[in-house]
Amino acid sequence: MSQHTDTTYKPTSPNSKLDFASVWEYAPAPESASHAEIKEKYDLFIGGKFVKPAEGNYFKSMNPATGETITEFAEASKSDVNKAVKAARKAFEGEWSSISAKERGKYLYRIARMIQERAREFSVLESMDGGKPIRESRDVDVPLVAAHFFYYAGWADKLEYAFPGKKPKPLGVCGQIIPWNFPLLMLAWKIAPALACGNTVVLKPAETTSLTALKFAELVKDAGLPDGVVNIVTGAGETGAEIVNHKDIDKIAFTGSTGVGKLIQRSLAGTDKKFTLELGGKGAMIVFEDAPIDQAVEGIINAIFFNQGHVCCAGSRLLVQEGVAEKVIQKLKDRMESLIVGDPLDKNTDVGAINSQAQFETINKYLEIGLNEGADVYQSSCSIPDNGYFVRPTLLMNVSQSNRVVQEEIFGPVLTIQTFRTADEAIQKANNTPYGLAGGVWTDKGSKIFKVGSGLRSGVVWANTYNKFDPTSPFGGYKESGVGREGGMHGLGAYLKF
Amino acid sequence: MSHLEVLKTYKMYIGGQFPRTESGRFYKIFDKEGDLLANACLGSRKDVREAVKSARGAFGGWSKRSAYNRGQILYRIAEMMESRRSEFEKELGNIGFTKKKAEAEINASIDRLVYYAGWTDKYQQVFGSVNPVASAHFNFSLLEPTGVVGLIAPEESPLLGLSSIVAAAIAGGNTCVVLASEQFPLPSIVFAEVLNTSDVPGGVVNIITGKREELVEHLAGHMDVNALSYTDKLPTEMVTKIDELATENIKRIHKNQIEDWYDEDAESPYFLTQFQETKTTWHPVGF
Repeated sequence: MSQHTDTTYKPTSPNSKLDFASVWEYAPAPESASHAEIKEKYDLFIGGKFVKPAEGNYFKSMNPATGETITEFAEASKSDVNKAVKAARKAFEGEWSSISAKERGKYLYRIARMIQERAREFSVLESMDGGKPIRESRDVDVPLVAAHFFYYAGWADKLEYAFPGKKPKPLGVCGQIIPWNFPLLMLAWKIAPALACGNTVVLKPAETTSLTALKFAELVKDAGLPDGVVNIVTGAGETGAEIVNHKDIDKIAFTGSTGVGKLIQRSLAGTDKKFTLELGGKGAMIVFEDAPIDQAVEGIINAIFFNQGHVCCAGSRLLVQEGVAEKVIQKLKDRMESLIVGDPLDKNTDVGAINSQAQFETINKYLEIGLNEGADVYQSSCSIPDNGYFVRPTLLMNVSQSNRVVQEEIFGPVLTIQTFRTADEAIQKANNTPYGLAGGVWTDKGSKIFKVGSGLRSGVVWANTYNKFDPTSPFGGYKESGVGREGGMHGLGAYLKF
Repeated sequence: MSHLEVLKTYKMYIGGQFPRTESGRFYKIFDKEGDLLANACLGSRKDVREAVKSARGAFGGWSKRSAYNRGQILYRIAEMMESRRSEFEKELGNIGFTKKKAEAEINASIDRLVYYAGWTDKYQQVFGSVNPVASAHFNFSLLEPTGVVGLIAPEESPLLGLSSIVAAAIAGGNTCVVLASEQFPLPSIVFAEVLNTSDVPGGVVNIITGKREELVEHLAGHMDVNALSYTDKLPTEMVTKIDELATENIKRIHKNQIEDWYDEDAESPYFLTQFQETKTTWHPVGF
């Protein structure tokens, strides 16, 4: 019996299934894209100017929700990267180092303010180019971008307070390579602390989501930042490799998969380049019998379906204590039924489009692996658009610790579920992957939170909450989830020498 | 009455025991006159693996000791070292230290242990943070030990350098596998005897003697070693090899070049915090 026709439940009753669809209908609520200007194609941003790529190549960028091409980006070759590094070096040795730390901070404040002014435009573009729901780009990504610049702006003239007994100095030119899941936010995580510490940057956005980075370049120009302090080069892996291997870059900051992170670390072997890596994860959420179950279910939904599960710290494994497993899973299924999957620009949408065809294929490959490993697959019965890349919210049950779907990062809206009896068992299972980025604990007992939290070998612990971010809050991994921290006072260390 | 000296057998230190190398190999250690001092263990890959296993086994318990307790144990190492002065003087004398220099080396080593003993319950307050997030959450960052740490001891500072690097690693709750100075390994074994009588749980510090060239890569490539540090200037090929092997498990590599172990820059809380990971915890605030 489909719940859509079952009217015996009230939608707000605590013991009922959630059933919004049969009580009221959602009318489409599209965010207008008319305000956002997209050029036909974008050049590279080097030395304060938009310049054509040396080899004249451009690649198309697609809206993953519709399959339509929205613009083209320049493909930066070796000589373009070289030019960008030269511009960054010149700025570092010249104007950027000659202005006071206070003034440096004021540029960042200015950038923060301009992002707030143009927040709506950035949000719309982020959703069009990357497929994330407008509600998330509007309420999470873009506000956090502004907050990040605002936070690090204030550090520029206070750096010595963060490192007692040390005299911090900037590193020089930083090469930064960012992923497609939070394009503008990852740019902010990289550029804000780098600039606050007095460095200059060459940043490469992901090839499927470069639009907001180039819009940011326009903003940098408007803000009057000295030429060459921020350089943006677009392209795919080869462009990234040119940055990693460039001899005149002092530091590499990378966010992306553990596989690519290891390749980068290997390329840097034997060099004096510093690096920080923000890599993959396979976050476990431990739900105890004494947890506030409804809150936990909401938290799990946010942990795995936020941003289509394209989140390195996603809570992609649920470990639920046996006594409440049935109840939690039932409530989870009910809640999943109420998720709206569809047009990223619709303000009602909960889960948007999968970022690219490649990622769509990866997720489907893992669903197949899960099936072959014997998992019970449950998917929401929601409708999904005919065009574009969409995956229904999915649960994989009856899985075991050694299954690939439990060990490997899927990076999609797919949650594995395992049960446990004792806290020690839960901690062991949670820690039993090569990753160590984030974990969650759900219980009403404070002492248990601290005990379990300290047992988790991960850089972030969310207790009775999940997927929360803030510029003041350090973020980063243990083990194979990466090296270094971003955010907070601890994030400064990645961009300074002593 | 004449007394034939009973020579000491120098073995390695693994899991709180003093085993010989499983390989049965040895190498000769000579004094400053070129006379044979001892046959030291020529440690092997398997010894490194055993040592890592012991270090991993000891990590859970050691990292959960209270900071106060770790401080007391480090202080206890200093006490024990003080009581074994004459033995260290003899060891250092054998390898060419004058009496005065040996005394200085021992004094500095004891002081360094006391220095890090004092940090155990303080670094968290200096380097941790409470983070004023904009949402209704309480958010704090604590430092936690990285795990099992590989230490390549300095070749030329067989006691002060060794005790400095070990103290910085274990003060923060890590356990370690040390490759002793290849040329002067004997003081490291006396140091192990000090550790063994200082309430340091077995496996927290493991000391392997042997050839750096042979053993470094086994340590750098071991999947259960979380970090590796060295203070000597190593040959470029070795550096590259270490970096490459480290990528297998994203091992943290710390190169701190230290030439003068007496220098005030040779002791720093940053040598302790380099073996720490920052963990940030969030909790909602509400009724």
